[in-house]
Amino acid sequence: MARFLLRRFISSIPVIIGILALVFALARMIPGDPCRAALGERATDEICDAYNERYGLNDPIHVQFGIYLKDVATGDLGESFRFGVPVTELLIQRLPTTMELAAAALLIAVFVGVPLGIISGYRHNTKTDVATMVGANIGVAMPVFWLGLMLQYVFAVFLRDTPLALPPSGKLDAGLIPVPFYEVWGLPENGFMEFLSEFTLMNSLVTFQWEIFSSAFLHLILPAVALATIPLAIIARMTRSALLDVLGLDYVRTARAKGLRERSVVLKHALRNAMLPVVTIIGLSFGLLLGGAILTETIFNLAGVGKTLFDAITSRDYTVVQGFTLVVAISFVMVNLLVDLLYTYLDPRVRVS
Amino acid sequence: MSDDLYDPSDRPLEPTDDQPLDTVEASDAIRDKVRMDLAGGDVGAVTSGGLWRTAGREVLRKKSAIVGMALLSILLLLAVFAPIIAPYPPNKVLFDEGVSPRDPPCVHLFGCDEDKPQHILGIDGNGRDYFSRIVYGARVSLLAAFVAVLFAVVWGTMVGLVAGFFGGWVDNVLMRVMDVLLSFPSLLLAIVVVTVLGPGLINAILAIAIVTIPQYARIVRSSVLSIREQEYVSADQALGVTRWRLLAHRIFPNTLTPLIVIATLGVATAVLEIASLSFLGLGIQPPTAEWGSMLAAERNQVFTAPHLVFFAGLMIMWTVLGFNLLGDGLRDAIDPRLGR
Amino acid sequence: MTTTTVGDPILQISSLETHFFTRDGVVKAVDGVDLTVGKGEILGLVGESGCGKSVTSMSVLRLIQNPGEIVGGSIRFHGEDLLDLSEKEMRSIRGDRISMIFQQPVGSLNPVFTAGSQISEVYEIHEGLKKKEGNARAVEMLQKVGIPDAERRIKAYPHELSGGMAQRVMIAMALAAGPELLIADEPTTALDVTIQAQIIDLMREIRNDLGTSIIVITHDLGIVAEIADRVAVMYAGEIVEEADTKTLFADPKHPYTKGLIGSIPLAGDRREWLDVIPGRVPNLIDLPGGCRFAPRCRAREEAGLTMCTEQRPELTGVNDEHTVRCFLYQEGAK
Repeated sequence: MARFLLRRFISSIPVIIGILALVFALARMIPGDPCRAALGERATDEICDAYNERYGLNDPIHVQFGIYLKDVATGDLGESFRFGVPVTELLIQRLPTTMELAAAALLIAVFVGVPLGIISGYRHNTKTDVATMVGANIGVAMPVFWLGLMLQYVFAVFLRDTPLALPPSGKLDAGLIPVPFYEVWGLPENGFMEFLSEFTLMNSLVTFQWEIFSSAFLHLILPAVALATIPLAIIARMTRSALLDVLGLDYVRTARAKGLRERSVVLKHALRNAMLPVVTIIGLSFGLLLGGAILTETIFNLAGVGKTLFDAITSRDYTVVQGFTLVVAISFVMVNLLVDLLYTYLDPRVRVS
Repeated sequence: MSDDLYDPSDRPLEPTDDQPLDTVEASDAIRDKVRMDLAGGDVGAVTSGGLWRTAGREVLRKKSAIVGMALLSILLLLAVFAPIIAPYPPNKVLFDEGVSPRDPPCVHLFGCDEDKPQHILGIDGNGRDYFSRIVYGARVSLLAAFVAVLFAVVWGTMVGLVAGFFGGWVDNVLMRVMDVLLSFPSLLLAIVVVTVLGPGLINAILAIAIVTIPQYARIVRSSVLSIREQEYVSADQALGVTRWRLLAHRIFPNTLTPLIVIATLGVATAVLEIASLSFLGLGIQPPTAEWGSMLAAERNQVFTAPHLVFFAGLMIMWTVLGFNLLGDGLRDAIDPRLGR
Repeated sequence: MTTTTVGDPILQISSLETHFFTRDGVVKAVDGVDLTVGKGEILGLVGESGCGKSVTSMSVLRLIQNPGEIVGGSIRFHGEDLLDLSEKEMRSIRGDRISMIFQQPVGSLNPVFTAGSQISEVYEIHEGLKKKEGNARAVEMLQKVGIPDAERRIKAYPHELSGGMAQRVMIAMALAAGPELLIADEPTTALDVTIQAQIIDLMREIRNDLGTSIIVITHDLGIVAEIADRVAVMYAGEIVEEADTKTLFADPKHPYTKGLIGSIPLAGDRREWLDVIPGRVPNLIDLPGGCRFAPRCRAREEAGLTMCTEQRPELTGVNDEHTVRCFLYQEGAK
């Protein structure tokens, strides 16, 4: 297993280097000179010369790339001129919000999408199947931002005075300030601790801050549902078609001939085989989640990676764009690596000899 | 029973040769297959004129394809006859005619006062007829998506043909580059490209095209690889047909089938992504009537004037749904194994 | 061929009809089949592909999937009609009292489970054993079907087995619960010739040692000649001739059977040409009105019979042990 992981990791190195090169190139390709992009249009030539010297911008391009690689390796992603803090620090604050949102959306997509796909495939060509697939087709076609806005309207305005009302934006009710778990437990404060404490749901759960927990939970529902819809529909469709493929195979007939009940035939013998493409699709939909997070966080006003990235683009905070893009792309690669790992568990044929 | 049944030709615990054991290649292969299943069907399917005709008949048999075509026909009519269908020019401000910003829909037949100005979808924040803008929006969305896909298909096909046909380091380099592009979430990459190029219609189209090139390149390449092995190509090679001739006359026509299906589904994605870019203010800029940017302009008014958000999004959904259904129908028709 | 005393019938199929309702029309895959299998008997069911022999066997286990359906007849197992059983009762018969092996042994095993766990599953379902006990029994079973090093093989995945090994695993799985009837659907078609012979020997031993009745479904008359006590020949959804093996090969009656036997190359054969049956298997949706073999039948022309294209012949006895569906053997045929 370790050998497999290593091999897969090595094979993804060229891709990661490519990502680094692309993100590096991005900063050089942005119109205007990097100094004035960073310091503003009014920076004088002298200041810019000093700036260029300091950041090695006068060096040949391959030297600059070397410097960039070294910086990234040491966790230095530059500094946000808009916030005046290191990009890494910004990530510590913003990444957890996105991770919670993406995790919630992924859970919804998988735990609703897969069962729907199974039911649909199993009851192939029945009304249930047709209804599910019509729903899935509509789900795939919905623009995330539109769905988000409509959910806001329905749950915050239309259902305002009912128990179904949900908060339309933000991460917590105004005035609520969560206490980080390390303060509650008297642990030392450092970057990693701060990172962990930004997982608001987890932090409030383990420290029993119930008011915060319920507020955070309620705030998470609408964005998570909006973000989950497209992946959910895709996963449901894929599960159904993978299951239908498998249900026609010889070993399923064998399982039936053994005297297994139909439920075991489907859930034990067929599903395990059908999961391979489904897991792949789950990995690929993670990319949709990350892209969708930019839209969802913007609409629901959540200070996560997506919204920060978008704000950075509009305010030309290019170090942030660069750093956040890098982190998002690499985490996408990592997720797909994880998916490959899952293959080896699901299908012995992919196992290393 | 007896031991003499042991058969020496039965090999001990060894993998049989038809099983993929190179794990790395296997997982890539699975991923490619899933991509194709999602949007392609059987790559390398050899088609003849007869099959095309059967496929055409099959398409007409698929309910989803019919619904898709119906949705798209309506859309196409809106786009082509926009000046006739729309009661006003898309950018005409109607404050002179007694409207106020964000007037709700008013149709006499549905009980609205007859004396008030009649606007079936209401008025937007700048006093323009919303219905007219929705109608004109069809032009922009369809055109932008088509151009983006066309661009991506042309470049993707070239990359894929060259990589698959020449193999070796050419293949290696091209495909590594494609891998890098694929390793970005597509909307993020599109945003990054627009950041470099600057916002606007043309740049948004370019961004979407660049982001989707790898998809076509990979599929065309694997098509080429499978077709290259087939006998008639070897026969041609034996007869001394030149490489380029082979590429143009034998291999390219055969990759067309999966391409058409994927491109149809690709238009759906392009519509969605262009709208997303415009929604973020990175794509088509106001005052051009485009659904994504129309939605963005009114998004803060969703609580007071939801109709201005609802209909623009509905049109995007309509378009995406139409292309998806048509694409699914085409795929099922071309590859009946997937037809259910 | 082994001579065995054949006991009372355990399976009686009468006028079985299984149809498939497709978009293009109703496919009458099985159209009035009668078959009897005695205890400890090996029955060969022979025919070209698409003649309905596999559908017949799947009908016995009631495993016909949509759009197929058993529309008529009865399948009596120990006198009880399987078609009257509930799905739950039927499940307790499948794999326990009647089991099946298939043509593609590797594909018939689930790729994600080990050979052992798939055999053990039979014990878990039908005897309520725990996984561990089931595994122990699976090892015994693998040894019984002649797999050496069974303790190790049990942990193997199907893709790690050769075709012959996989078929042995399938047989072990089919025999696990000690069934009274084993249906083998083209059990050797996908295997090498040497391994074919071993699997045939194995099946014969199973019958001799365990008294299991076996239906061997095949298109290969060679296999039937080697193993079967009795043979039924199927054509276009119906049985056209049935006799004990020796009689059938020595004295085939139906022109189709004659054609089949004539098309086998024999050792020491001096013929310059092998006989070939002209024409093709009829379309099962659009069957010829009279005898289904009539369009391909040369004997009919030679005998000058005209009723063949108008009337359907019945299965009639040549003698007690031999029946045939052909007007040539009926008195007063025109």
